Amino acid sequence: MPPARLYAPPALSLRFVPVWRRNFLVWRKLALPSLLANLADPLLMLFGLGYGLGAVIGTLQGTSYFAFLAGGFLASSTMYAATFEALFSAFSRMHVQRTWEAIVNAPMDLEDVLAGEWLWAATKAFAAGVCMLAVVSALGFAQWPMALGALAAVALVGLAFAAVGLAVNALATGYDFFSYYLTLVLTPMMMLSGVFFPVEKLPEALQAVAVALPLYHGIELARPLLAGHLPQGAAAHAAVLAAYAVAGYYAATVLTRRRLLK
Amino acid sequence: MKLAVEVAALAVRGLRKRYGEVEVVRGVDLEIAPGECYGLLGPNGAGKTTTLRLCLGLSDPDGGEIRLLGFPVPARAREARAAVGVVPQMDSLDPDFTVAENLLVYGRYFGLSDAAIGERIGRLLEFAGLAGRAHDPIRALSGGMKRRLTLARALVNDPQLLVMDEPTTGLDPQARHLIWERLKRLAHEGRTLVLTTHFMEEAERLCTRVAIMDRGRIIAEGAPRSLIARHIEPQVLEVHGPGLERWMARARNLVPRVERVGETVFCYGADVQAALASLAGEPELAYLHRPANLEDVFLKLTGRDLRD
Repeated sequence: MPPARLYAPPALSLRFVPVWRRNFLVWRKLALPSLLANLADPLLMLFGLGYGLGAVIGTLQGTSYFAFLAGGFLASSTMYAATFEALFSAFSRMHVQRTWEAIVNAPMDLEDVLAGEWLWAATKAFAAGVCMLAVVSALGFAQWPMALGALAAVALVGLAFAAVGLAVNALATGYDFFSYYLTLVLTPMMMLSGVFFPVEKLPEALQAVAVALPLYHGIELARPLLAGHLPQGAAAHAAVLAAYAVAGYYAATVLTRRRLLK
Repeated sequence: MKLAVEVAALAVRGLRKRYGEVEVVRGVDLEIAPGECYGLLGPNGAGKTTTLRLCLGLSDPDGGEIRLLGFPVPARAREARAAVGVVPQMDSLDPDFTVAENLLVYGRYFGLSDAAIGERIGRLLEFAGLAGRAHDPIRALSGGMKRRLTLARALVNDPQLLVMDEPTTGLDPQARHLIWERLKRLAHEGRTLVLTTHFMEEAERLCTRVAIMDRGRIIAEGAPRSLIARHIEPQVLEVHGPGLERWMARARNLVPRVERVGETVFCYGADVQAALASLAGEPELAYLHRPANLEDVFLKLTGRDLRD
């Protein structure tokens, strides 16, 4: 493939809709177990750490430890939901089930498939975020109407991690490949981005790393919005997440073209 | 009024494709008229699947020109594919969906409305011999049924041209014959069929024209009958068993062409009666007398070496 075509910006078209709808139709059949899979882990952690560790810690940054964690988990559960869809599920459709291959035999381009997958993974992550917010709100840890703004943060986190996930998917040799990304990238990111404790408690060098990570910016947005006040530097945080989404999607496009349009 | 010049269903000139160091398609020309059933034959690795992928615009050629239903490919391949149906080599049905949902979801990729697809589903399932199975999950289907559903899926857009990559590989004889019947019906409806296969019998039965492809090139092309007439003597006698050596020495004087492959001797000629008669005195030898077929042509042109 000539470099001009390989590196061209992705063409956007409404043709992504039937791809999105395909995935939605599958999800509709297994919505409940799917949401449970996305939420069970963060909710167990939230309750366990929030109440257990919260009893030891007391308050943090002027709120209960449970409320502090809720903001962090709202962002991180969205991150994981987007990531799992863009890694394992998209890989199944791309490589194992040959779903993408079937789609591009119709009058669809690879880029239509990719856009559909991206927005689908972001949608699924958003649904996970909404459910997480509902639980947190039912427990009285969401201040409305400001908490609505947290949904915008969740949407951005979903778009960013779905895009980066698809780029990783395009490089995958098999399901095992994803362990590298999960354990070497996402787990450290979870530790560094202020889910469990304030980033200010980290050594300065690590704080500098945290600031470069998308999850950090998602939490910096979600946590104050959940507590009912406007985040400091909201526009900058949103811009970093948007930049990850755009750069990640561009990388996913180029890498997927390289993989499949040989 | 009809156009004076008929647009070829598929026209390919000087097609080339290279993967790294290996050129897998090395100057292929094709001219397939509307309504033809065209077979692309060749051993594994001959470049058949790559040629089809290039013609559908799924891969960029390194050289040459392609026009699919009049559209230049890859530039306007997407528009061309709107009127093409594809049966891929590997099963790509959606395991998460029922039979009917597979057709519905696939029809949406062609921009068809759910209502329009819904109207077609009954007819397509009827055609595929899957009536009454609309709500079955894919895992409940046999290999033959899956293949027929894949064929039905390729027809969801009512295509002018069907491209099929080994449509009957892995099927039992009953399932294969059923597919052949359906393909004949599609040909009768005036659709153009392009298929790859290594079943020579399939090509001989279905195709109006075949091309034999080897090492990225088309090495022979024509109607199956004329290819046989051009390349092979009309009668073939296959002989094997103890005492083959001795009989072969005699046979060389009785038929125009004798060839030994492993433990079998092949005799070719317009008349093999003399050799046949000489077998009467050789009860130990087993033999088969048959008319020459496309497989003989294929093996003669591509050789008997294994290709992996």
